[in-house]
Amino acid sequence: MSEPVAVIGIGQGKQAKRRETTIGAMVREAVAAAMADAELELGEVDAIVLSKTPDLFDGVMNPELYLADALGARGLPVTRVFTGGSVGGHAAIYGAHLIEAGLARRVLVAAYSKESEGNFTWALSRGLPFSAKLGAGAGGHFAPVIREYIRRSGAPEHIGWQVAVNHRLNALRNPYAHVHMPDITVEKVKESRMLWDPIRYLESCPSSDGAAAIVLAAASQAGNTARPPAWIHGMSFRTETGHFAGRDEVNPLAGAECAADAYRQAGIVDPAREIDVAELYIPYSWYEPMWLENIGLAPLHQGWKLVDDGTTRFGGSLPINPSGGVLSGNPTGATGLVRFLEAALQVRGMAGEHQVPGARRAIGHAMGGASQFHALWVVGDERPAT
Amino acid sequence: MREIAVVGSAQSACLAANRRDDMAGILLPVIREALSGIPLDRDRVDFVCSGSHDFHEGRTFAYIDSLDAVGAWPPIAESHVEMDAAWAFYEAWSWLQLGHGDIALVYGIGRGSLPRDLDQVVPTQLDPYYLTPLRPHRDAIAGIQACALLQSGVTTEHEMARIVARSLADAQANPHAQVAGEYEVDELLAAPYVAAPLRGHDVSPVGDAASVVVLAAGDVARSLCERPAWVRGIDHRMDGHYPGSRDLTRAPSANLAAARATATAGFAASEVDIAELHIEYSAQEPLLVRELGLGAATAINPSGGPLAGRPTTAAGLIRIAEAAKGIRSGGARRALAHATNGQALQQNLVCLLEGDPA
Repeated sequence: MSEPVAVIGIGQGKQAKRRETTIGAMVREAVAAAMADAELELGEVDAIVLSKTPDLFDGVMNPELYLADALGARGLPVTRVFTGGSVGGHAAIYGAHLIEAGLARRVLVAAYSKESEGNFTWALSRGLPFSAKLGAGAGGHFAPVIREYIRRSGAPEHIGWQVAVNHRLNALRNPYAHVHMPDITVEKVKESRMLWDPIRYLESCPSSDGAAAIVLAAASQAGNTARPPAWIHGMSFRTETGHFAGRDEVNPLAGAECAADAYRQAGIVDPAREIDVAELYIPYSWYEPMWLENIGLAPLHQGWKLVDDGTTRFGGSLPINPSGGVLSGNPTGATGLVRFLEAALQVRGMAGEHQVPGARRAIGHAMGGASQFHALWVVGDERPAT
Repeated sequence: MREIAVVGSAQSACLAANRRDDMAGILLPVIREALSGIPLDRDRVDFVCSGSHDFHEGRTFAYIDSLDAVGAWPPIAESHVEMDAAWAFYEAWSWLQLGHGDIALVYGIGRGSLPRDLDQVVPTQLDPYYLTPLRPHRDAIAGIQACALLQSGVTTEHEMARIVARSLADAQANPHAQVAGEYEVDELLAAPYVAAPLRGHDVSPVGDAASVVVLAAGDVARSLCERPAWVRGIDHRMDGHYPGSRDLTRAPSANLAAARATATAGFAASEVDIAELHIEYSAQEPLLVRELGLGAATAINPSGGPLAGRPTTAAGLIRIAEAAKGIRSGGARRALAHATNGQALQQNLVCLLEGDPA
């Protein structure tokens, strides 16, 4: 990268069903928090990137127009990017690109979803004539992929339950997480209702309202704050086509190439050893071992063993989703950015109760569509060499 | 700033409704034409960016199907804006500024014909709590803006009709136009209102089409194109949302975007030979001419402009393609392209293009 880019401000709001507040108020809360963290006034940025999943999820077309005031956007360039669940990652990377390209010194990236005002499963179940009207939603798409992972890896069935427990217990340390279940156990996950075999209710992400925002700055602008920034060491996004017989949705090439590109930029050769903590886009429990393998944190077919031996738990050597992750809160438009900002919080040492001690390099990861859109960044506490 | 140029483009015919092809089916021949005209193999494209709208398509992730036409295999660096594809053009241009690659392909695809009732779709673009529930019909706010423009003397009904007559006459030379023809101003003024003072022909016709633009950097552009249309300045800006809190006779974000683009380009909108303006209503043309500072010698919308066809989310990108075509064909030295999003020109993009001296 040319000039290093830093994350100097982070803001997020409670993930929940937030019927008491408007979309604008929710976004403003996160934006104001991020600007305050960056020690900037609203509007003191050169550009804004808005991250949002399909408009049909909460029923507002081109919400960036309505949100102009909530974003402090009057007189500024605003772009609304959209790639599915990976969108928050794409938005953060596009924001960083604007700085790298010399087109902006400081960029606000904001993200939200207000799924309580829409119908997520309806919006994801395409009507005729494009496909049969199953009302199957996202889980209906991912379940066969999970079954194929289990077949290939020979993983025992309790792995999925254990991931759900790990992430939900982590969420207890994160006040912004939607789902707080202090009494969760493997037994409870196992006994919860089967939704899409093998995905059980407690192995699934919730549908949440929530907003998040970050402020990115060029290195020359990052020194103004007493609060430590997170430095971007590598970032990448990749897309692969959705309909193609040769595609491997268990281990998508786009995800692997995206991670490899980011590691190359960050100078990482052995990610499993060089990364201290990762926030991964895991909407269903089994995606933890799948993504560990896909982005090179575990050997092929071995990802589940890191779950089994406790490596990925909060106190393990490679904690995954200490925030509680997507399983504990999923405002889809914001979820990708939340993963990215949680990684930044960890290397800033500002993750509070869910801070991983000594975290110096972290991964933020997001994926979208039928696992065809991938975005990933590596952030660190040290300014990268140029 | 890295030198970036438009080196190729193509579009499908604007149709009131294309019921024959699906999204990829509309897009694929346009991508092929844009690349074969250069000529360029698809695997030389380093970055792809697109714009589309789920609400107009009536289904989520509508653009995923268009990726089948792009052929994202092996995996590609790709992004998408849920806006007019002119903003995808800006993202592709900024990506090329990084120096990670030399060639970018931008596409916009709109199928405005898909909703059964646009009056149910268009209001969802408004504040969901206070404005959408009022269900203003698709042209209601534009009618209020046109009314304000008449009352403040920015334009007249007669001038609006002249703009329509000129646009539709020019569109006769545009093989992609959805509507075209010779009309008398008096004949147009006799038509009934759809949202006074707007008549049917004052409203650009929503339809289906795809547009593709190819961008290349520096010497790569020169090797692909005899006369590249260099992007000398490009900028976009946002204004407030509430129509009631804005002076609808002004478009400050268009003015600001033009000023910022001028600062980089080294020449102003007043110096361009042609200007392609993304007007969705005839009454907006005089407003934009004033905000952008266009001169009397500039030919406005020589393609016929959106009054001859407005494929949703491709209409702004087509303006860039048409402006660039004017340069690439040698017909113009400098050109301006404008794109807009939202009601009553809330968000505006200005691109200043220039050809090498002949």
